[in-house]
Amino acid sequence: MTQHGDTIDLPNARLGGALPRIDAKGLAIGGSVALVAWLALVPIAFLLWQSFLTPQTAATPARLTLENYGAAFASAETFRLLGNSVAFAAGSAALAFAIGTFFAWVNERTNTAFKSLFFALSLIPLVIPAILFTVSWILLASPKIGIINLALQELFDTKFIFVNVYSLGGMIWVDGLHQSPLAFLLMTAAFRSMDPSLEESALMSGATAPQVVRRVTLRLAAPAMAGALLILFVRAVESFEVPALVGLPVGIEVYTSSIYQAIQSYPSEVGLGSAYAVGLLVIASGCILAQSRIARQTGRFATVTGKGFRPRVMDIGRWRILTAGVFILYFLFIVALPFFVLLWSSLQAFYSVPSLAALETLTLSAYRAVLDYPQFAGTVWNSALLSVGSATIIMLATSVLCWIVTRTRLPGRWLLDNLASLPLVFPGLVLGLAIMVCYLTLGIGVYGTIWIMLIAYVTRFLPYGMRYNMASMLALHRELEESAAMSGASWGMTFWRIVLPLLKPGLIAGWIYVVIVSVRELSSSILLYSPGTEVVSIMIWEYWQNGQYRELSALGVMLILALFCFVLLAQFAGRRFGVREAAR
Amino acid sequence: MLSVRSLSTEYQGERGGAVLAARDVSFEVPAGKLFTLLGPSGCGKTTTLRSIAGLERPIAGEVAVGGEVVFSSERGVFVAPNRRNFGMVFQSYAIWPHMNVFQNAAFPLEVGQRRLSRSERIDKVMHVLSAVALDDLADRPATKLSGGQQQRLALARALVMEPRLLLLDEPLSNLDAKLRERMRFELKRTQRDLGITTIYVTHDQSEALALSNEIAVMSEGRIVQVGSPREIYEQPRSRFVADFVGATNFLDATVVATDANGGCRVGTPLGELNVRCADRLERNAAVAVSVRPEDVELSETEPPRAATDNVCVATVEAKAFLGDRLDFQVRAGNTVLLARVHPSLRTPVGDKIYVRMQADKCLAVPDARARSAPPPSAPA
Repeated sequence: MTQHGDTIDLPNARLGGALPRIDAKGLAIGGSVALVAWLALVPIAFLLWQSFLTPQTAATPARLTLENYGAAFASAETFRLLGNSVAFAAGSAALAFAIGTFFAWVNERTNTAFKSLFFALSLIPLVIPAILFTVSWILLASPKIGIINLALQELFDTKFIFVNVYSLGGMIWVDGLHQSPLAFLLMTAAFRSMDPSLEESALMSGATAPQVVRRVTLRLAAPAMAGALLILFVRAVESFEVPALVGLPVGIEVYTSSIYQAIQSYPSEVGLGSAYAVGLLVIASGCILAQSRIARQTGRFATVTGKGFRPRVMDIGRWRILTAGVFILYFLFIVALPFFVLLWSSLQAFYSVPSLAALETLTLSAYRAVLDYPQFAGTVWNSALLSVGSATIIMLATSVLCWIVTRTRLPGRWLLDNLASLPLVFPGLVLGLAIMVCYLTLGIGVYGTIWIMLIAYVTRFLPYGMRYNMASMLALHRELEESAAMSGASWGMTFWRIVLPLLKPGLIAGWIYVVIVSVRELSSSILLYSPGTEVVSIMIWEYWQNGQYRELSALGVMLILALFCFVLLAQFAGRRFGVREAAR
Repeated sequence: MLSVRSLSTEYQGERGGAVLAARDVSFEVPAGKLFTLLGPSGCGKTTTLRSIAGLERPIAGEVAVGGEVVFSSERGVFVAPNRRNFGMVFQSYAIWPHMNVFQNAAFPLEVGQRRLSRSERIDKVMHVLSAVALDDLADRPATKLSGGQQQRLALARALVMEPRLLLLDEPLSNLDAKLRERMRFELKRTQRDLGITTIYVTHDQSEALALSNEIAVMSEGRIVQVGSPREIYEQPRSRFVADFVGATNFLDATVVATDANGGCRVGTPLGELNVRCADRLERNAAVAVSVRPEDVELSETEPPRAATDNVCVATVEAKAFLGDRLDFQVRAGNTVLLARVHPSLRTPVGDKIYVRMQADKCLAVPDARARSAPPPSAPA
């Protein structure tokens, strides 16, 4: 036997057993790795560097400084900002978690009425972008024009302000409500992956039902609960729409709105914004790190294997009608109410409380105004192009990335997985800022074009693509590809004819998801758009800044309907063209 | 036809360290023969097969097919698996679920380097599908096939490109017992009719004995014995091979005397026995004597004996009726022997019985283990 290594002269010599050559495989692998490294690392490096620079003006060049960090983290404002951010995020996460867990438990573990309908409905809130949700709640609960206040004041003949969205409590309410469907999905997965025999054996050991819940169910669900709370906290701390629209007018500032203000002030304080962004990044990555550690400890793939557990269902008797009623109420709160408020205000010539009298003054003029807006067609085109483009790039690139991670023995492939998931910790505003700084400095002609937004979207949503594709890739038996190789197929041919078709259900689902979140995207776009590259969410933002609530509502109604139709169509297409049965 | 020389392959273990899965494996397979790699799980047989296929890249050695070197560590040759033109049937069958039966079988003709016209392609695919009796099901989705049909489709797909070599990785292990037996004969017939050189990997010794022209028994990454099925079964050269291939009784023994004809006399717990030696053995060497259960003859009366026959008296301890045969467990002193006899023998449990073992059916093999062997498994 000869000594080791006389055939392994190249690091990728053992890649799946094929020769290292400049071919489709080499190009796809090299290209994907380079793409991910560039997207995930370079902008953040520029952001860090920028946070140590003073503002650059025509007269004085930028110089290195620690002033930004001083202003951001060692001033009188520091504690107020940190306190606001943490209070807002913790409150929002707790509210979303409580709502989501309750409905997940009701839906998975009780015999509540209309269960199957509820799970289908729970995905619909996805089509209402955060900015529209926030606006609708302002229209509902603002002290001056809020429908709830106006209606109650009329009813009781008083000037008392019943609800005020412009408060920390109001911010928590709106953001928590908006995040609750995510909490529902996370906790549903947790309850589903639980093996019922664990609870049954506790029952057989003589435990009472409350004892089972306390000593088995909750203990088993604890890691998933902690993970869900951390994810919700990060989402809230990164949330931009609610702090900007609700918090800023009354001076309740959090990190995201402070970043926005620093950039929008004149002269623009990019360095200070970057320092805030670095702080936000530290918080977000700390939470995500803790979350992934918890997830790893509790067997990451236990939920992915999708074993057909049938969870124990509790008979809650007549309460099942009540729980169904509560669910419907909840659905009204997060979907129907916001939608109808927007619909109502879009049909009014002047904004007013819904009443029979107001019904007679309905008009479509707001819709006409939106459609006649000169840049409307271009804006819609930009949104469509960006969302479809980024979804397609992401799903194809991550399918190759997942293949590399699961199929090759490339040294450092775990790093690739982590790199591609890294943007999960970038708040949208931070990512937007980092990309802005990066391409302003590099000056390769991307800044101010639609390409910079495409880069931002691809970076931001890359982790979702990884997640969808990784799940399907892990379920794919390696021999399905090896048999294609033995049949004489090249790597490219195997990938195109075997791997991609078998990944199709996950690819389509992921593609739909990325399209939707791209259309909703605001917090990165807001720092990157320029005249001519506006997207629909930016147009909504501008209407809000100009106080054009009727036009905003009309555009919002059209966007929600369009997204809703898209989801229906895409799901139909997925069922129609999907493979009948996933690979073993 | 196929020649494998000093092949060594390692793979990355769970903890990241390299594990040598195949060590210095060498063998030759003549054209048209079926060669089996047999061994327990983890012995390196599948790694060896995958190294021949090119799905693993060995760290050393050489693989040549029909004179063409497809892998050589010395010369830096490595032909990619998709350019080797080897057919392979995987353990999971790897039938592509998004294609129907015809599309699965036609795939190798569509992606290979040889371009065929459409009608040629259809002819070839239908021909190979009818060879495995799947031509009626050509339009059926692959997910709607039974286990046996999937196995035949996998074979058809491997054969459609007229490969130089057919590689079979435990192709019958996913089938139920009855079907496995039937497919075993079909596989053998197809292989012989086509005259295709075949490497077969299995952990099932009866499969190996039934199908092979030649068997290589593997253990811990190495080939420990190569031979015809009869040689492997009747003349195992080590305790491992005797134990792994078929059921056997082991007696711990020490060589007392040897003669020139390969016979020797050994001391065992049953007393001194005349046995046959696998290799030349030194006096006083520790050996294991292997006697197959069907070679342990039982009789209620004292049997006639030739000069070299070993006869002793034992007690019937347990018996199990298996229909076509009867398994007896008999005890002589502290030694328990398993005997496989005709079901007409009806000696009750507890009775005395005579045991006869012919000298050339008792085989002394070098005993790698110093410990005494556990008694053969008791009949249920």
